[in-house]
This record gives sequence, structure tokens and C-alpha cells, in this order.
Amino acid sequence: MGELRAYAALLGAQARSVLSYRASFLVEVAGNMGATVFDVLTVLVLFRATPRVGGFTLEQALLMVGISSAGFALADMLVGNVDRLKVYVRAGTLDAVLVRPLPALPQLLLMDLPLRKALRVVFGFTVLGGAIAINDIDWTPARVALVALAPGAAAAFFGSIFVISAALAFWWVESGEMGAAFTYGGRDFTSYPITVYGEWFRGLFAYALGFAFVAYQPALALLGRTDPLGLPGWAGYLSPLVALLAATVATGVWRAGIRQYRSTGS
Amino acid sequence: MIELQDLRKDFTVRVKAGRLRREKRVVTAVDGVSLRIDRGEMVGYIGPNGAGKSTTLKMLTGVLMPSAGEVSVCGLAPVPQRTRLALRIGVVFGQRSQLWWDLPLRESFALLRHIYRVPSADHEARLRRCRALLDLDAFLDTPVRQLSLGQRMRGELTAALLHGPEVLFLDEPTIGLDVVSKQAVRAFLAELGATGDVTLVLTTHDLADIERLCERLVVIDHGRVVHDGTIEALHERYGSRRTLVADLERPLPENFTLPGAVLTSVEAGRHRVTFALESAGAGAAVAGLVSAVGVRDLSLLEPDIEDVVARLYAGGGA
Repeated sequence: MGELRAYAALLGAQARSVLSYRASFLVEVAGNMGATVFDVLTVLVLFRATPRVGGFTLEQALLMVGISSAGFALADMLVGNVDRLKVYVRAGTLDAVLVRPLPALPQLLLMDLPLRKALRVVFGFTVLGGAIAINDIDWTPARVALVALAPGAAAAFFGSIFVISAALAFWWVESGEMGAAFTYGGRDFTSYPITVYGEWFRGLFAYALGFAFVAYQPALALLGRTDPLGLPGWAGYLSPLVALLAATVATGVWRAGIRQYRSTGS
Repeated sequence: MIELQDLRKDFTVRVKAGRLRREKRVVTAVDGVSLRIDRGEMVGYIGPNGAGKSTTLKMLTGVLMPSAGEVSVCGLAPVPQRTRLALRIGVVFGQRSQLWWDLPLRESFALLRHIYRVPSADHEARLRRCRALLDLDAFLDTPVRQLSLGQRMRGELTAALLHGPEVLFLDEPTIGLDVVSKQAVRAFLAELGATGDVTLVLTTHDLADIERLCERLVVIDHGRVVHDGTIEALHERYGSRRTLVADLERPLPENFTLPGAVLTSVEAGRHRVTFALESAGAGAAVAGLVSAVGVRDLSLLEPDIEDVVARLYAGGGA
């Protein structure tokens, strides 16, 4: 309880810090919003060229885009800054955070929370809302639960990917932009029906790494469509479990990374 | 309060060896340090750059894991019990900040109250005391980014004390400060130490900090403790001497000798002389000089700790 109060205070401090530069904050909010709009426009443009992509209509694909971008925007705002870990290590922020009576990761994230990305989250959820409205969904209690959980599960999944790829910096200082292939690449991957990808690529990203369960499988379950790739109908409901698994792995990797930092100090 | 037993820290660094090959090399930053610091002690921890001071401090505060040896602070193991320990220690890193850059000092303090879960009344009382002693009121509402270094350091000290720590670790608290700010910081720490409730460990390059504050001095070099004791003990051990400078009535005769003192320089037509004193008392030497040549004026200079320490570092320890 006391910890939650502390986190709330950290969040409030970050908000006041950011708002002390009001004009630049507003410009950044607008700029960030633009970036997300373009992501969605890309998908729309694709469907102008062809009415069906990978066997899915524009409306159905938009549902995947909606889940994916709502989840990604949320994860990017809450956890995305963890890729600045190297900066925190160099500037000594990590040391400063380690002498306080709270876990290190939440402190780092809250002290540098990019509130300028807030409108992206709003936009992502707007697309999702629109997609739900234009698709003809046969609402059952299970589907209502799924639509409520899917964006959060997607966010947890992307957040885990952010944490894992950033934590690699504890071992390889030169890990550079490698993580971006999995974070931003993962978002792009999940914005399309996975039927469009080649078999080998799909096997790795969609199933081995679990990206299929971010948007594609939940969208199928919501639409009540059978999976052209053969997974059963209930596969879509696995998305919160897959997210939980990813979060567990991410926590483990982060903890190992902090241990590594403490034994090398670099 | 603090106990170290054979504390070691090895770092593995990769060095270039040829175009692509890299070799691993183990560097020992702290090489078997054993110390025991009791409640209320004020200990100066000094050593040349790279001697292992900051590494030791990081192991004591739970930032770094020791490679070997035992460490306990307030009866806790720093790394495994980091968050519990954090509630009981205060840390000031001279070169990095605990404050929120874009917020007024006042708000940083309020935030720290939440982070450390300090009851409101305790927080108010401690803050009031710091405000009075460190003269914070003039800049309490200024964003930290606009503070001078001296003002910021006073803010950092307050930030480290608001949760009422039992041990205060200070890593170069006076680095980069002007003379006035240094004195303000030292006076505050002296006041704090005088209460006897807070154990204070400070690293510094400024030996005036130590002379002003610390009864006990631990000198570390190449990861090993080369001296642990009072400043006086250090002088005694390294034979540093007080010097006697005198302006004489009459020029000093050739081949003049003074019992218990060695002539080190003669100036101003043999009217000004400097002796290094070998014994603790200066009385015999002064009396001898007065009766032999007459003294117009004289002064006694305390040994310079800087010299002793410089010799210690250069010699690579004893």
C-alpha cells in the first residue's frame, strides 16, 4: 500500500516535471500522435490496392491493427523508455535508484515516463473501438472478457519484449538497436494477419516467440472465424496466458541483469 | 554498525589484444578490506583515484555485490536486503543527484517522504532542522536545475537525512564546491556528528574535510587499507613533524645546534630560521633558541596532512 503511494507520487512528479516545459510538451504530444496515425494509414493504404489481404477483409484486419496498436502504445508509454537503460547506467541513475527502498525497474520507468505518448494510447484504443463497431461480432460473455483483456495482454507482451531487449544491455553494452527488431518489428508483425507471412518466418515470430497471440488469434476468436492455419478456436483466449508467460520471462531476465550489473558495475 | 571482513571486489575487463582478439583481465578494485565502524563514529575514507573508495561504498550501500568476504551494515546484508537497508541509511553521491531536476527542492523532499514512507511529523521536524542549519529557505522553491552546485549539495544532504538514517555515506560531498559552501557543508556535518546518533562515512580528496570532521582516518591504496587510526597516529607513524619558524634578534651562529630539533632552512641574513621538531613538546627548543640568540617572533606549524598522504600514496603504502 505504502509502495503504491510512493509510485503515485513518482508519477505525479514526472507529470509536473514534464509540464514545466509546457510548449515543448504539446509539440511532442502532437508529433507522437502523428507517428501512430501513419502506422494505421499504412494498413489502410494496403487495402486500397487489394480488397483482401491474406484472406481477411479490411474490417477484420483493422481489428488486429486495433488490438496491436492499443497494446503497443500502452506498452511503449509505460515501459518503452527502459531502452534508455544504458543512459541510466552511465549517468549513475541506476545507482541512485538502487539506494532507495523500492524496486529499481518501476522507479526508472516512472521517473522518466514519456507522457507525451499519451495521445498515442488514446488513438490506439480509438482504432480498436472503431474496429469493434464495424465488425459484426456475436457477443458472448467470453468474447466480452476477451476484448477487455486483449489490449492489456498485448501491452504486457510488448512490455516484456521491451524489458528483455533492454536488459540485454547488462551483458552486451553494444547491444544497440537489436532490440528494436523485436519491439517495433513485433508491432508491425502483429498489425497484419499472420497468413501473409512465409512459413519459416511465421513459425519463428508467430508461434515460437508468441506474436500470433497478441492480435491475430484474439481477433479470430472475437470474429468467430476458424483459423486458416489450423489452431483451434480457443487459441485466441490464450493471449492473457501467453502475456503472463512473457512477463515471467522478462522479470527473470531483468533480475538476472541487475545481478550481473551488481557483480560487474558496468 | 558496519562490519567488513576480507571484503573483495574483482572486475573482469576486456582489453584489446590484436585486431579482433580481446583478452579478459581481472582487475581487483578492493583487495581484502576488513573494518569495524561503531555507532556514532565519523570515519574519513581516503585514497588516490582508483584506490577502491567508491567501490567499497557501493558494496556497503547495496549497489554492488562483493566478489568475496563478509559485509554487514546495521546488521543487514546490503545486496540481499537492499530495500530494508535503504530505509536505514542515507547516501550522498557528490557527482550524481537524488533530486528531481525539473522540480523545486521542496517537491523533491515531499516525494522522498512518500518513497521512504516517513510519518508527516517526523518529516516536518527533520526538514525544519535542515532548513535552519543549511539555510535552505532562499531557494526551496527554485527548480533544482537552476540551483548552484553549493545550493544543490545542501539540498542533497537534506534529501539524504529526511528519513532519519542511522548511517550516512557521503561520496565526495564537497567536490567542486567553493570555499564558503565547503565550510557550510562541513559545519553541518560536524553538527550532525556531534549528536552521536548518526554514523558517518565519507570519502573525499579534500583532506580539510577529514581534519575538520573525522576522528578516524582510513587510508586505502590499491584496494588495501594502508592506515586505520587517528590523524595523529598517521603523523606519528610517518614521522611528520611540527615546524618552528623564528625571527631572531641576532644572526644564527655557524654550527648552531638545538636539542630535539633539526635546522631545515636559514633566510634573511641568518635572521630567519626553520627547525623541524623531533619531539612532541616545543618548549625545550624554544627556550634553547631564546637563550642562545634571542627571538623576536616565532610560530609553530602543525604538520601538513596533505604531505603525509601524498607520501603514503607515492610509496604505495607501508
